[in-house]
Amino acid sequence: MDTDLTGAEITIRCLQEEGVDYIFGYPGGAVLFIYDELFKQDKVKHVLVRHEQAAVHAADGYARSSNKVGVALVTSGPGVTNAITGIATAYMDSIPMVIISGQVPTHAIGLDAFQEVDAIGITRPCVKHNFLVKDIAELATTLKKAFYIASTGRPGPVLVDIPKDVSQQKVPFSYPESVSLRSYHPVTKGHSGQIKKAAQLILEGKRPMVYAGGGVILSDAAPQLTELVRMLGFPCTNTLMGLGGFPATDKHSVGMLGMHGTYEANMAMQHCDVLIAIGARFDDRVIGNPKHFFNEDRKIIHIDIDPSSISKRVKVDVPIVGGVSDVLVELIKQLKARKTKPDQVSLKAWWKQIDLWRARDCLKYDRASTIIKPQMVVEKLYQVTKGDAFITSDVGQHQMWAAQFYKFDKPRRWINSGGLGTMGFGLPAAMGVQFANPRGAVACITGEASIQMCIQELSTCKQYGLPLKIINLNNRYMGMVRQWQEFFHGNRYAESYMNALPNFVKLAESYGHVGMKIEQPGDIEGALKEAFKLKDRLVFMDFITDQTENVFPMIPGGKGLSEMILV
Amino acid sequence: MRHIISLLMENEAGALSRVAGLFSARGYNIESLTVAPTEDPTLSRMTLVTVDSDDVVEQITKQLNKLIEVVKVVDLSEGVHIERELMLVKVRAVDKGRDEIKRLVDIFRGHIIDVTDKSYTIELTGPGSKLDAFLNTIDRSTILETVRTGASGIGRGERILKA
Ligand SMILES: Cc1cc2nc3c(=O)[nH]c(=O)nc-3n(C[C@H](O)[C@H](O)[C@H](O)COP(=O)(O)OP(=O)(O)OC[C@H]3O[C@@H](n4cnc5c(N)ncnc54)[C@H](O)[C@@H]3O)c2cc1C
Ligand SMILES: Cc1ncc(C[n+]2csc(CCOP(=O)(O)OP(=O)(O)O)c2C)c(N)n1
Ligand SMILES: [Mg+2]
Repeated sequence: MDTDLTGAEITIRCLQEEGVDYIFGYPGGAVLFIYDELFKQDKVKHVLVRHEQAAVHAADGYARSSNKVGVALVTSGPGVTNAITGIATAYMDSIPMVIISGQVPTHAIGLDAFQEVDAIGITRPCVKHNFLVKDIAELATTLKKAFYIASTGRPGPVLVDIPKDVSQQKVPFSYPESVSLRSYHPVTKGHSGQIKKAAQLILEGKRPMVYAGGGVILSDAAPQLTELVRMLGFPCTNTLMGLGGFPATDKHSVGMLGMHGTYEANMAMQHCDVLIAIGARFDDRVIGNPKHFFNEDRKIIHIDIDPSSISKRVKVDVPIVGGVSDVLVELIKQLKARKTKPDQVSLKAWWKQIDLWRARDCLKYDRASTIIKPQMVVEKLYQVTKGDAFITSDVGQHQMWAAQFYKFDKPRRWINSGGLGTMGFGLPAAMGVQFANPRGAVACITGEASIQMCIQELSTCKQYGLPLKIINLNNRYMGMVRQWQEFFHGNRYAESYMNALPNFVKLAESYGHVGMKIEQPGDIEGALKEAFKLKDRLVFMDFITDQTENVFPMIPGGKGLSEMILV
Repeated sequence: MRHIISLLMENEAGALSRVAGLFSARGYNIESLTVAPTEDPTLSRMTLVTVDSDDVVEQITKQLNKLIEVVKVVDLSEGVHIERELMLVKVRAVDKGRDEIKRLVDIFRGHIIDVTDKSYTIELTGPGSKLDAFLNTIDRSTILETVRTGASGIGRGERILKA
C-alpha cells in the first residue's frame, strides 16, 4: 500500500498537527489540490471570505484575540496581491500568522505563467520571513518552521508559497516535533545585570512613569504589568496597541498617550524623570517630535524582545532585551527583595501634579447636544456591554474615540490596525475574533468610509451566522481627513465628503442581517440594548453623528508631547 | 563614518535579496557589497561597506541580525581588521607608454594578466585606497575599463567569524 502523502495532504496534516481549527481563505487554480484535501476532512475548518484581504484580516483578528497563530490560504497571482494589505497590516503590528499561497508549477516559475506573481519578492518587505517550497521533501519542515518563526520572538506573518506541482507530488510524511534554526535564537529571559540596574533606577525616580505597549499584549504579560504598577504605585499609560494591557479603570491608569492621547498621559510622559518603557516602540504617533521630547531630562529603561526596537528613535539608558513577561517576573522579584521603596513624598507630589492635569478633563464633549456625538455612542456601548466586549475598529476618528472612551480592562479585547492604519480591517477582523471567541460579544466600531472597504464580508457573516454588532459612526465624511483639512488646510475639504452613501439599513437587510438607523441621542442606549439582545443576528447600527466633531486632544505633526490642541 | 560589516548567511536563493531589500527599504547606504560561498557550502560570507552615522550603523547591524537567514554579523571596523579589494583595469598601452605602465604596475605590486599590441589588462589587489591611488597615478585617458569587486574584510589575529 502506498503510504506516501501528496503535498496537499501534507499541508493539511501539518495544520492539524499545529492544532489549527480555522483557516480563512479563497480558492483558485494553484491551490485546488489543497482545497480538495480540505474537503476530505473536518478537523481544520475553512472559512470562505469574499476577498483575500479579508481572509488575512480575519486570520489576524483570530490571532490577536486568542494568541494562536492565524492562518490564511490564498491562490497564486491575484490571490496573493489581494492579500498584501492584510499581510502588511499584521507585519506592522507584529501579529503571528501563517499565510499559505499557491504558486504556479515549479517548471513554469519565471515564465510569466498564468496567474504567476513573485510572491516571495512582493511580500518580502512585509513579512517576518517567507519560503518558496520547491522540493516536496521540505514541505513539512518548512511549515513547522513557519509556525515556529511566526509565533516566537517578535511575532509576525510568515508566508509559505507552494507551487501546484509540489501540492500534487508524493513523499512519506512525518511532522517534526520541533525545529531549530542556527540563525534564529529569540531570547526571552532578560539580562539579570540590566534588570538590576533598572530596579535601582526605578527606586531613584521622583517622577516615575510606566509606558506600556503592544508587546505587553503579545507577551501575555498583563498580569505582571498590573502587579508591577500597583506594587510601585506609579502612573501607567498605554499606547493604542497596548490598551487592555493594564486595566483602564485602575486609578494608576492615565489613559492612552500620543497624538490623540490624554492631556495627563502626555504631560506625565514629557515631565517624568524615570520612564519604564515596556514592549512599546516610541512610535512617531506617540512621542511626537523627538527633539521636543528631549527638552526634558529623563532616564529611560526599555524592555523589548527586538533589539532593533531599542534606541531606534529614542536613545535609552537601560536597554533590556527579552520577553515582557519573563523580564517583569524577574524585575518584580528583584524589587521585592530590596529594602528600599520609591520615595513616597515625591511620588505623592507627582500624583498631585498628575491629578491637576487630569482635572483639565481633556475628553469632555457636549453631552447635551441634540445631534448624536460619536463619543456618546462609544460610552453607551461600553455601558451596555459592561466593558466586556471584544471591540474591533477601522481607521479614522471613530478609532480614536473607541480607544478613548471604551475602557479596556482586559488584554486582547481591543483589536485595531495601529501601525499600518488599514481602513477595511474592522469587519473581517471581527469575524476572526468571533470564530476565536464564539460566545463573546463582538462589536466593530467603524465609519461610513472604512466599512465600505470590506463591506462584501457581510455575506461571509451571513454564511457563518456571525452575530457581530457593527457600530457605524456615520459622519458622512472621512472624518479624520476632514479634521486635518480643517486644522491644516484652510477648511478645504478636498475629496473627503462621502457622497452617494448607500442606505446601510437596506444594505444590511439585503445581506440577510438586521439594520438600524439611529438619529437621536436619546435612542442610542435603547437601540444598543435591543441589538445586543439579538444574540444570533448581525446588527448593522447606522448612527448619524455630528459631522463637525473633532478628536481632541491632538498633537499636530512635528509638535511635542506637551503642545496639544485641546478642546 | 565608514563601516565594514561582515556577515555569514545561509547560502540560499533569496538571502541576498533580503539584505539588498533591507538596505533599500530603510534607506541605508551601500558603498559596496560582495558575497560568495564559504568552505562550508551551506554558508555564504558577505562583506558590506556603508557610510553612515554610528546610530544608523547600529540599526543596520540589528536589522541584519533580524533577518532569519543571517547567521552572524560583525562590524569589522570595531576592531583591527584587514581589507582587500580586487580590481581589473584595461588600459591602452602603446609605444613608450607600455614601459611606463609596466613600471607603475610593478610599483603597485600588480600583475599584467592579458596583453595585446594595443592594451594591457592589469590585476591589482589591496585596500580600496591603494586601488584609488593607482587610478589617480596612471594617465586617466588611457583607461578603457575598470572592474572592482568591492571590499572583502577579515579580522586580524585570532578574531574569527564562524557559524
Ligand atoms: C489614525 C491613527 C492614530 C493613531 N494615534 C495614536 C495615538 O494617539 N497614540 C498611540 O499610542 N498610537 C497611535 N496610533 C498607533 C501608532 O501608529 C502605533 O501603531 C502604536 O503607537 C505602536 O504601539 P506600540 O509602541 O505599543 O508598539 P507595537 O507596534 O505594538 O509594537 C510592539 C513592541 O513590543 C515588542 N514586543 C513584541 N512582542 C514582545 C514580547 N513578547 N516581549 C517584549 N517585547 C515585545 C516589539 O518588538 C515592538 O517593539 C495611531 C494609529 C492610527 C492609525
Ligand atoms: C486603506 C486606507 N486608505 C486611506 C487611508 C487614509 N485615511 C485615514 S482615516 C481616513 C478616513 C476614514 O473615514 P471613516 O471611515 O468615515 O472614519 P471617520 O474618520 O469619519 O470616523 C482615511 C481616508 C487609510 N488609513 N487607509
Ligand atoms: Mg466618517
